[in-house]
Amino acid sequence: MSRAVLLGAAWLVVAVLFLLPLGTVFAEAFRHGLAFAVDALREPDALAAVQLTLLVAAIALPLNTLCGLAAAWCLTKFDFPGKRALLVIIELPLTISPVISGLVWVLLFGANGWFGRALAAHDVQIIFAVPGIVLATIFVTFPFVARTVMPLMQAQGRAQEEAAAMLGAGFAATFLRVTLPDIAWALLAGVLLSTARAMGEFGAVSVVSGHIPGVTETMPLHIETLYNDYQSAAAFAMAACLGLFSLFTLAIKAALEWRLGSQLGTVR
Amino acid sequence: MIAAGARARSALPGFGPALAVTLGWVGLIVVIPLAALAVRALSLGPAGIVVSLAQPRVYAALRLSFGCAALAAAIALPLGLLLAWVLVRLRFPGRRLLDSLVDLPFALPTAVAGITLTDLFAPNGLLGAPLAQIGVKIAYNPLGILVALVFVSIPFVVRTTEPVLRDLPRETEEASETLGAAPWQTLWHVVLPALAPALLVSFGLAFARGVGEYGSVIFIAGNMPMVSEIAPLLIVTRLQEFDYAGAAAIGVAMLAGSLIVLSTLTAVQRRLERGR
Repeated sequence: MSRAVLLGAAWLVVAVLFLLPLGTVFAEAFRHGLAFAVDALREPDALAAVQLTLLVAAIALPLNTLCGLAAAWCLTKFDFPGKRALLVIIELPLTISPVISGLVWVLLFGANGWFGRALAAHDVQIIFAVPGIVLATIFVTFPFVARTVMPLMQAQGRAQEEAAAMLGAGFAATFLRVTLPDIAWALLAGVLLSTARAMGEFGAVSVVSGHIPGVTETMPLHIETLYNDYQSAAAFAMAACLGLFSLFTLAIKAALEWRLGSQLGTVR
Repeated sequence: MIAAGARARSALPGFGPALAVTLGWVGLIVVIPLAALAVRALSLGPAGIVVSLAQPRVYAALRLSFGCAALAAAIALPLGLLLAWVLVRLRFPGRRLLDSLVDLPFALPTAVAGITLTDLFAPNGLLGAPLAQIGVKIAYNPLGILVALVFVSIPFVVRTTEPVLRDLPRETEEASETLGAAPWQTLWHVVLPALAPALLVSFGLAFARGVGEYGSVIFIAGNMPMVSEIAPLLIVTRLQEFDYAGAAAIGVAMLAGSLIVLSTLTAVQRRLERGR
């Protein structure tokens, strides 16, 4: 088949389905000019949304990074029964609908949930409050770090760590000085992907949040509120911020893949 | 005990604590919540679950979600294959850009994708207006759901078939052409059978994602019960009505559907690969 036809068709698909929406985000954001967009972002509810998004990401990320590294350590440097089951379970949040990722927390901590009455008795608010949003975000970003570093750690084998152990290094020394430097770039990629996902998560957070503007709205939720309120330029202004961050992570990922090739594995 | 056994097999430190942290974290964050889902759904009893899912509105939503996800994944197959082919087989200016753009639906927050696609395909949108003139209404319609799901499905197809295409020995195709086959014959008889396992897997992945997709879809969908209401949205509605069991039932149905499709396709994929 003619090379030109194939190339043309490919660019057409990408232009219509990917470039056009991307361009629309920014075109609509600046529909009333840059000043309008910036002012929209300075609104108290918008700022609160940005703050909440960053707070949730700041809590979820370190936890998932540490535990992801622990999981990667167990799964790539040791053999034990149940390893495959553990791998499957770790990957589960990736295949589950975001709404279900939020639903499970309501089932646990909501008014009619397993712990609902106990929480109400102690006046602890998880659902429709920030803790619920944090939990939902942790759930959806759970696999990313582990999944990004594991292929690399697997490929690098155990020889170097074993040498370090035989030379008398403890766990901390072995991990920090032998393993970590080798996976640094993959770890960075995993953390970036987690951050992007944490900031952009919509479905799961939507279920647990209660949508209270200024209090329990993250950036994606605030985009929804603005859009449904016909304030589309303001909605797109905030969308453009998230969009910029996505483009940034895409660029970093492209650069990392160029440097490290297929060693990184792909996280979807 | 596991720790002792593992230590006997490996000189590396840190297994015990790392495993404890991992199991604790996995247990708290993944296992217990999912158990709550299963238990809450099962509280209806098997008959109750069937009754709950057979309600017209629930059935319509599930049928819409599964149907659109399947159709969108099917549409994404040729489109994604085209992109993968071009990326693997051709060298052209802007190739790296195209490669990065393919990942856009993965990187872009779903709400951003949702409002943008709606804006484009709305009756007064850049693409929606000319389409409306020829009578094609995309936004606020099941057709809109389809477009949004194709958007999120394409990257799965591209990224799953790329490695296979890369590893496909050119000699086989060249032999086919030397023997006089037309390009489409080579494609149909040589390339596609080799790609079949990857295509099946990517269909399954795209399907599973499409069934559960929320943010990209609810803005463009219209969300009218029985017509354009997707299953995840119905879960949200049930939660607002405090019908936790009903919501859990729908959730379990979605998970079961995705799981069945994924495992069937994986089994077929393995059978195809063994026959090679």
